[in-house]
Amino acid sequence: MKYTAGIDVGSTYTKAALMSLDGELLATGIRQTGFRLVEAAEEALTQALAEAELSRDDLAYVASTGYGRNQIPFRDVQATDLTAGAWGSRWFYPGTRTVLDVGGQTMKAMRLGDTGKVQSFRLNDKCAAGTGAFLEKTARYLGYGIQEIGPLVEYAKDPVPISGVCAVFAESEVINHVSNGAQPADIMHGAMESLIERSVRLMKRVQMEPEFTLMGGIMRFPTMVRVMREHLGDQVNVPPEHQVQFTAAIGAAILARRRMEKLAA
Amino acid sequence: MAFAAGVDVGSTQTKAIIVDEAGAIVGRALLPTGANVVQAAEHAFREALKSGDVPEEDVTFVIGTGYGRYRVEFGDTQITEIVCHARGAAHMFPGTETVLDMGGQDTKAIRIQPGGDVIDFCMNDKCAAGTGRFLQSAAAALELGLDELGPTALRGVRPVNISTTCTVFAESEVLSWLARGKKIEDILLGVHRSIASRSIALLRRVGIEGEITFTGGVTRNEAMVAVLNDMLHAELNVSEESHYIGALGAALFALERIKGRSASPEKEVVA
Repeated sequence: MKYTAGIDVGSTYTKAALMSLDGELLATGIRQTGFRLVEAAEEALTQALAEAELSRDDLAYVASTGYGRNQIPFRDVQATDLTAGAWGSRWFYPGTRTVLDVGGQTMKAMRLGDTGKVQSFRLNDKCAAGTGAFLEKTARYLGYGIQEIGPLVEYAKDPVPISGVCAVFAESEVINHVSNGAQPADIMHGAMESLIERSVRLMKRVQMEPEFTLMGGIMRFPTMVRVMREHLGDQVNVPPEHQVQFTAAIGAAILARRRMEKLAA
Repeated sequence: MAFAAGVDVGSTQTKAIIVDEAGAIVGRALLPTGANVVQAAEHAFREALKSGDVPEEDVTFVIGTGYGRYRVEFGDTQITEIVCHARGAAHMFPGTETVLDMGGQDTKAIRIQPGGDVIDFCMNDKCAAGTGRFLQSAAAALELGLDELGPTALRGVRPVNISTTCTVFAESEVLSWLARGKKIEDILLGVHRSIASRSIALLRRVGIEGEITFTGGVTRNEAMVAVLNDMLHAELNVSEESHYIGALGAALFALERIKGRSASPEKEVVA
């Protein structure tokens, strides 16, 4: 039995997913990307292989995606983040028509056709205010780490409006709110609201239509998903919390399989 | 003898200037603004009085400017920093027709008439890219003091190309260049060039005419001056006191009020 691997080298985390040739997800691995992309990719893949009790010899085809996809020497093929995200989203939810992917340094919205082909997309990778980095910075100004964002924001009662124009200028805004006695949880919630407003605007620009699938590391925060549902209604899919970060890696593994099949045919 | 004062409360530093009846600077002070803006303004004013040996009762008009101008509680009135920088620049360098003000949190390009009246301006206040904040982030990422940035960048020979726009992403770009073995001086030179090119874009939007006067806190960074000169093919007007130009403009308006001339704007120009 042979397997395929997808490796998503993102700006913050590098994710690996192992899949069987019949499309079953076997294992995942994750590492902080840091500055040594190749090492991070190796380690994420090794972790996934260990979990599945497989070795490198069991891999028939490896596809890379994400911003560092072209730097992975052991890849057989690479796919853009959009294609991988589209395939990953449809693996979880075949009815997906619009995908929102919020990563550490990018925000992407795309609309898919009947066959899953990307028909329209918009992305922001120029400004941190529309990305996970905005939440990370806000948390840091409040004295919290990334890991604490999720639990912290669950305590929000009365969100404080955060303008969300610039992740750098947000610092003085956050400091002002703190000195006026606002609770960190409420400020964090306000930052999420402003990020969500931005993402909905981006989705509108691709003429969004349901079903919506949300992906990217930020969607592991339940509050983020809840507020997105308030904006978009019920037809919002989010992959399970422990898998949502791997959506693009899964998509890449599927693309690896398809490429392999095409080559064999 | 009557004196006039201008207090420029910036996002990072507060500057105060005292001028005599002839408009000559007799006292000056510079302090970090910090969290207590009211106190910073008060302290800077007192320091300036002390440095010029001017008794407080001899200062008959005080004008506040800068983002914290309404917190200058002892001030008689307020004028926006755009108008004050224009006035101060024209006074210090009479040939000035273009002003570039680079402060801690925003960058402004101002076109003026000889004499200091503002024709047009444009500013970068919604995004930290191309402002002094970018330098602060780079300094923090590289663990350098702000005053070390300029001298270090001046040693750079092959500037790296900073490709990101956003200050947040640039911070990680700086670190990634470091991880790839680039020299700190080359990275910093790249950072300075990136900020300079954004401010030049701002200058082009108002049009570059006549002499260009550089004002604001970043004027004390030699590398920024050198890079701007190089990229603009010009020689910017800069002096030891360029970061006081906003406060100087405010003090000159205050002096006009004392002399009863109403050449200064009665109402605030909206920034």
